[in-house]
Amino acid sequence: MKRLWETLQELTRFKSALVGLGILAFIVALAIYTVIAIPYGEAVRLWRGGEDVWRYNPVNAKPAWISYFTPRKLPQTRVLRSEEHAQMEEETVGKTSRKVTITYQFRYTADLPPSELALVYKPVFKKKSPLVSVTWVTPDGREYTFGRITVKSVSVHGRYWYSVSRDQKLVQLFGTQNVEEGLFCRADDPKRVQKGDHRVVITAYLFEPDASIETELVLYGTVHGLAGTDHLRRDIMVGLLWGTPVALSFGLAASLGTMITSVIIAALGAWFGGFVDSLIQRLTEIRMIIPTLPILIMVGMFFSKSIWVILATLLVLNIIESSVKNYRAIFLQEKNAPYIEAARSYGAGHMRIIFRYLIPRVIPWLIPSFVLAVPSYVFLEAALAVLGLGDPVLPTWGKVLSDAYGRGALFQGHYYWVLEPAFMLMVTGFGFTMIGHALDRIFNPRLREI
Amino acid sequence: MEALLKVEDLKLYFRTTKGVVQAVDGVSFELASHTAMVIVGESGCGKSSLAKAILRLLPRNTHTYTGKIYIDGIDAMSLSDEQFRRQIRWQKISYVAQAAMNALNPVIKVGSQVAEPLLIHRRMRKEEALRKVVETFQIVGVPTDFVDRYPFELSGGMRQRAVIAMALVTNPKLVILDEPTSALDVLTQANIMNALKRIKEEFELTYILITHDIATSSELAERAMVMYAGQIVELGNAGHFYLEPLHPYSQKLMASVPTLREDKELDFIPGQPPSLINPPAGCRFAPRCHKRFSACDREPPMVDYKDGRKIKCHLYA
Amino acid sequence: MQDQALISVKNLHKWFELRKWGFIHVGFVRAVDGVDFDIQHGEAVTFVGESGCGKSTLARTILGLYQPTKGEIFFEGKRLQRLGRWYRSQVGYIQQDPYGALPPFMNVRRILLEPMVVNRWGTRAERERRIREVLEEVKLTPVEDFIGKFPHMLSGGQQQRVVIARSIVLNPKLLVADEPVSMLDASVRVEILQLLQRVQEAHNLGVVYITHDLSTVRYFSERIFVMYAAKLVEKAPVRELIHNPLHPYTRALLDAIPDPDPENAFKFKEVPPGEPPSLLNPPPGCRFHPRCKDKIEGLCDREIPPEFEPVPNHYVSCWLYK
Ligand SMILES: Nc1ncnc2c1ncn2[C@@H]1O[C@H](COP(=O)(O)OP(=O)(O)O)[C@@H](O)[C@H]1O
Ligand SMILES: Nc1ncnc2c1ncn2[C@@H]1O[C@H](COP(=O)(O)OP(=O)(O)O)[C@@H](O)[C@H]1O
Ligand SMILES: [Mg+2]
Ligand SMILES: [Mg+2]
Repeated sequence: MKRLWETLQELTRFKSALVGLGILAFIVALAIYTVIAIPYGEAVRLWRGGEDVWRYNPVNAKPAWISYFTPRKLPQTRVLRSEEHAQMEEETVGKTSRKVTITYQFRYTADLPPSELALVYKPVFKKKSPLVSVTWVTPDGREYTFGRITVKSVSVHGRYWYSVSRDQKLVQLFGTQNVEEGLFCRADDPKRVQKGDHRVVITAYLFEPDASIETELVLYGTVHGLAGTDHLRRDIMVGLLWGTPVALSFGLAASLGTMITSVIIAALGAWFGGFVDSLIQRLTEIRMIIPTLPILIMVGMFFSKSIWVILATLLVLNIIESSVKNYRAIFLQEKNAPYIEAARSYGAGHMRIIFRYLIPRVIPWLIPSFVLAVPSYVFLEAALAVLGLGDPVLPTWGKVLSDAYGRGALFQGHYYWVLEPAFMLMVTGFGFTMIGHALDRIFNPRLREI
Repeated sequence: MEALLKVEDLKLYFRTTKGVVQAVDGVSFELASHTAMVIVGESGCGKSSLAKAILRLLPRNTHTYTGKIYIDGIDAMSLSDEQFRRQIRWQKISYVAQAAMNALNPVIKVGSQVAEPLLIHRRMRKEEALRKVVETFQIVGVPTDFVDRYPFELSGGMRQRAVIAMALVTNPKLVILDEPTSALDVLTQANIMNALKRIKEEFELTYILITHDIATSSELAERAMVMYAGQIVELGNAGHFYLEPLHPYSQKLMASVPTLREDKELDFIPGQPPSLINPPAGCRFAPRCHKRFSACDREPPMVDYKDGRKIKCHLYA
Repeated sequence: MQDQALISVKNLHKWFELRKWGFIHVGFVRAVDGVDFDIQHGEAVTFVGESGCGKSTLARTILGLYQPTKGEIFFEGKRLQRLGRWYRSQVGYIQQDPYGALPPFMNVRRILLEPMVVNRWGTRAERERRIREVLEEVKLTPVEDFIGKFPHMLSGGQQQRVVIARSIVLNPKLLVADEPVSMLDASVRVEILQLLQRVQEAHNLGVVYITHDLSTVRYFSERIFVMYAAKLVEKAPVRELIHNPLHPYTRALLDAIPDPDPENAFKFKEVPPGEPPSLLNPPPGCRFHPRCKDKIEGLCDREIPPEFEPVPNHYVSCWLYK
């Protein structure tokens, strides 16, 4: 324990290690925060998405902070609820029917039109569904009437979603322009937004005495949150956040697991020699010509894509990995050290010598290489996810990357989608590498400057 | 007689993470041509560093390198590195480094390695150089067909002779030998000492022999220098030194040498040499000295003793 | 029981098989090739010989770390092979390189604890007391300053003291010291040798002291065995051997050892030519004969010399004394 503390203190002499420690502290804090703030089940639910979870998020929105880097004002998502943002008028029509007029009046000043428009109806009725229609008056006085429908079936949570963007009539009307541009841009310059007051009038006919209706007008923005959203409207932040504990635990577990087992195997081989050693040697050699990735891909395709199954496979594969040979070389040398002979002279048994004398001797080599190996396992997990072998339920950096890759994010200009997980991967790798190299210089004085 | 080597106030400090190591701290001496001087002292007292300072073989972490060195009348400190390499190293002074016999390249034939100084410092052609190596092998007593062997095929004694040959191939005037026999058996050691004596007479060489083994050092010594904590504490003729060492450190050192033929009570020096990072003020040996008195808190002067010896001790002031 | 030898070695051989590429038999390195001797309780014996003559192999065989190829070792009259674990606590081992002999990742307390833990010696409190006792015995005082230190924080002499402390922690009857001071600075050697001597006398230990440096011998042991090319060529009490060496090899060895004397610089030494023979193919007859200036043609190069006793208690394997 005291040694650990001393090592840490010595680490602080290296600037690079300080940077690394800073990064590591940040990542660990982030991981802990994540696991507490978004419990596992919640994370899985969020990532799986579904009808109601992300409905109010725009598709493929950039991170909000992007607007600091552009002179244009980018629209945020706005949800205009009839109770707050509109005026409601009601008049009786006939015996039982009523006509409800909901009038939205809002100012639009962003430099881009919304990415999408939707109307949410929240009707209450027993048998006869309400009939609605919409009139949209643009700031320059154009008037469009559309969306004449009966709110028949009501889906989740009593909400009926009507996509203005896909309204048949408007789509035909605007031709080459999309609906948002049609409604929000100037008539003379279809790329420039006409700033000013829009008026949207929703007329609803209710046919039952107890029926009522509320509406929401959703103007989807082009930016969202700290990390933006993906094609399924999911907040990428969830992926980035949950990727942290997953990457950390996968990297640490894989690195530690393979190291401990392969060190023990190497020590057993080197100490006992003979048949045991030959067997381990041959297995290692065979292992060296078997490529890791195809095996993992096969396991992923035919067996299970769970990250823990992949981890176990990796462990089994890497136990007899080439590093066994390196450790063995060190052990073969150490085996003849005078202190081992001394231990034998006072009667220490095989296991005691292996675990108490041989293995502790290589810890100085192990600690740096353990730290340095963590990023490679983190990257491996990401690579597997990109190949479509990511864990099916857990959000990870690799999964975010994989989705981005699958959706051609780069071709569509969604750089953030690729860069954010890549940044997390790189920062993690960088942190561990910095610490690892500094540890190497502390523990292996060969490299230490005199 | 004009001194072959004259060193004045030579300092060589190293930078380390713990502080500055004052490995050679103000060493001055003269060495006449065709004499052999031994440098003795406990390990870590700066003997090898002194040799490196004379040869300007400085490690990268050198902190201070000052003083004056005159070699054969040349002011060596005023030379550039390139000039020093051309005019001094292996031309006037050659060096058998500590444990050099274990530092031979295992995959290069011994002959080629021994010929290297000729190729580098004399720009000789390879065949010519190898002829010269064979000649030198005969002088130091290595069978001449060993030229074509690899280092691991040679015994320790033969490898040591080979590295001595490497120091002699360029016919230098001064050879610095750093612990040349410490790792060898007594018979081999005696053999090599015989060879060194013979070569010295034959080629009028000057030696500096560095060792921590006082008994062996007496085999070659005409002058003796005792170093302690980076400084000279006693310097004089071997005849005086071995019979009656003056500095308390030299006396203790001599008393700790086991002897085969005479019965004597062995003594040892308690404690350990001081750290060369911030060594104690005053006499550096004082904390271990059995003759310490009040004056020892002050830096002792270098006293000229009546028989020509120099002693760094207040007792003789 | 008391007049029985502490350790008795009879016709001991230890050969190592030498193989090419791991399987083709080339021959045997005869590292120990027919060695006989007895050591009494409380007796210190020096083995002297050049490096490579088999001293360390002999030491390890006595310690039971190597199985003898031929011959027998008796400890207090019992065959070594039969003794098993108990024997481990009866012998202490001191190696040449003190730094290498100490596990660098253990502190002094742990190092001294290990032999007791391995041999299930004493209770926790007893062990702790014993650690302090041995540290005081080897003069690593105040104990508190040393008990928590790691080997690299100690000087060479202090490291060797820890090694000595470890070798006696189980109260052995025999110490095997393989060149215990040859890696130490000359000024520290005496200290360590005197310590060994004190320890030996205090506990009446039998000591096998191995060295290649004859000059330290007289300060320590009662008898000297001279080893040359895997055989013992001369056995005699210390004084007798130094003043009356019989074997030509012993004489050469003694002549080669300098005492500090300015006269040395003006004399050449007489040194036998050549080098010790290969133990793979040792020469027939006396192994020293190719280098011996007194060799008897037709005898020394044919017949292996038996042990003669020209002076009482002074044994020599040389045909000159037949
Ligand atoms: N390159 C170096 N860097 C730092 N310290 C050094 C270096 N070389 C030698 N020293 C230190 O200088 C001191 C003198 O060393 P050295 O000249 O090798 O002594 P000696 O040859 O007498 O044993 C020692 O304390 C050693 O640790
Ligand atoms: N484990 C071993 N395997 C093969 N040869 C060995 C082994 N140990 C020692 N030898 C050989 O045995 C001879 C004697 O070695 P050693 O006992 O170490 O001598 P010493 O201690 O006198 O220097 C040497 O030639 C050495 O190469
Ligand atoms: Mg040195
Ligand atoms: Mg040995």
